[in-house]
Amino acid sequence: MSIFTKYEPLARSLAAVTNGGGRNPFSVVIDHPVSSTVGVIEGRETLLFGTNNYLGLSQSEAAIDAAIGTVRTHGVGTTGSRIANGTQGLHRQLEERIAAFFRRRHCMVFSTGYQANLGMISALAGKDDYLLLDADSHASIYDGSRLSQAQVIRFRHNDPEDLHKRLRRLDGTPGAKLIVVEGIYSMMGDVVPMAEFAAVKRETGAWLLADEAHSVGVMGEHGRGVAEACGVEDDVDFVVGTFSKSLGTVGGYCVSDQDGLDLIRLCSRPYMFTASLPPDVIAATMAALSELERRPELRHRLMDNAQRLHAGLNAIGLRTGPQASPVVSVVLDEVAQAVQFWNRLLDLGVYVNLSLPPATPDQHPLLRTSVMATHDAAQIDQAIEIFATVAREMGAGR
Amino acid sequence: MSETVADVSALIIQTLLANPKVPRDISGSSKIVEDLAFDSLAVMNFVMEIEDSLDVSVPLDRLADIRTIDDLANCIVSLKQGD
Ligand SMILES: Cc1ncc(COP(=O)(O)O)c(C=O)c1O
Repeated sequence: MSIFTKYEPLARSLAAVTNGGGRNPFSVVIDHPVSSTVGVIEGRETLLFGTNNYLGLSQSEAAIDAAIGTVRTHGVGTTGSRIANGTQGLHRQLEERIAAFFRRRHCMVFSTGYQANLGMISALAGKDDYLLLDADSHASIYDGSRLSQAQVIRFRHNDPEDLHKRLRRLDGTPGAKLIVVEGIYSMMGDVVPMAEFAAVKRETGAWLLADEAHSVGVMGEHGRGVAEACGVEDDVDFVVGTFSKSLGTVGGYCVSDQDGLDLIRLCSRPYMFTASLPPDVIAATMAALSELERRPELRHRLMDNAQRLHAGLNAIGLRTGPQASPVVSVVLDEVAQAVQFWNRLLDLGVYVNLSLPPATPDQHPLLRTSVMATHDAAQIDQAIEIFATVAREMGAGR
Repeated sequence: MSETVADVSALIIQTLLANPKVPRDISGSSKIVEDLAFDSLAVMNFVMEIEDSLDVSVPLDRLADIRTIDDLANCIVSLKQGD
């Protein structure tokens, strides 16, 4: 028996996806980017509608210049952990910048957003504590809960009443209760009812951690996310985020007003046992953050684009989530149909994400489509037109 | 309220049978993953339904030790007795 025998069902699922002669959707190569919205795939310029580069800042001139300047002065890496030789002045500077942006007292920077969730959740929730997770939580949140020793309870997606019921069942049990929600959910683009969750948190005395990975730079008057947009930032004890979406680089963070955050630096394994961010990434991130602050019009354009894409896909009879947000997912019924649809879109020059169950809510396959502030109206209309062509070919939609 | 393991098992089976994809011949000794062909997400979602019927929360780490319908029933009864 091979050590890979247990993955035979996985191999069969993958074969089912590629059997019709289609591509392996998990190994698409973007040869190189042409701009934030166009990349070369299979030798052709392809419209990118499947990134998390919401503001287009991965191609920011200011961020590129900052990275180049810093790589010349600081070199290409730190070769060490944040708690050993891996904290340079730049890491502290970045933490201060992020804390100031969120108007919080403390910030911890991690090497990825995945590690930020893993590191915060596993360290905050101890053996006698309870973690209450939204059922549709990102893998990094589930993995953090497994690394913690806490009891883990799932509540129904975006359902504060269901959470309340589950917290009531814990009445009288000792141990801290930590609620974890996301700002915008990455699969369907639906937004958390943060004010309602904040009310449950206040009423029950629980703690609240919000992963605003997809909502920072996107929601709120200053781009601080859904908590800002809902006016409940004071109720969110810990905000986790990432640099890999609206800021266009890589890295993760947690901000909080809790002084205890500094202790987490000494007990969070995903913070301690990995090398810190390289200096050029930090410089690029700070430049991107300045751009995000300086150019609120990017957020406004992003939301206009989201409306245009959402309305356009609905107008051609495709099923999407109810809300226009930078993530607009087309919901299909059958995996085979979704695979074929996705392949045809790419043939015709549009890249989106193919998301398959069980990584999707409700067992439906999704064509996860995302917009950027830097898409122009013609690109969005062209993408919608290509969606319409493929839908007609396949007898989907109207 | 004091449900027995048999009561809870019966309720679980009844809930499962409401899903047309579940084989008709399940019993307390049926294995949830192997016999029902549930993936990890389907198991968590189905347990959520049972939690609502019985007003109990089953922590996810407990699910790791559960193989059969009767295992789940035992777990729920012990959680409820711990109340
Ligand atoms: C909700 C959510 N949290 C965390 C992450 C992890 O972020 P990163 O890609 O920076 O590791 C992601 C993205 O993958 C995400 O969608």
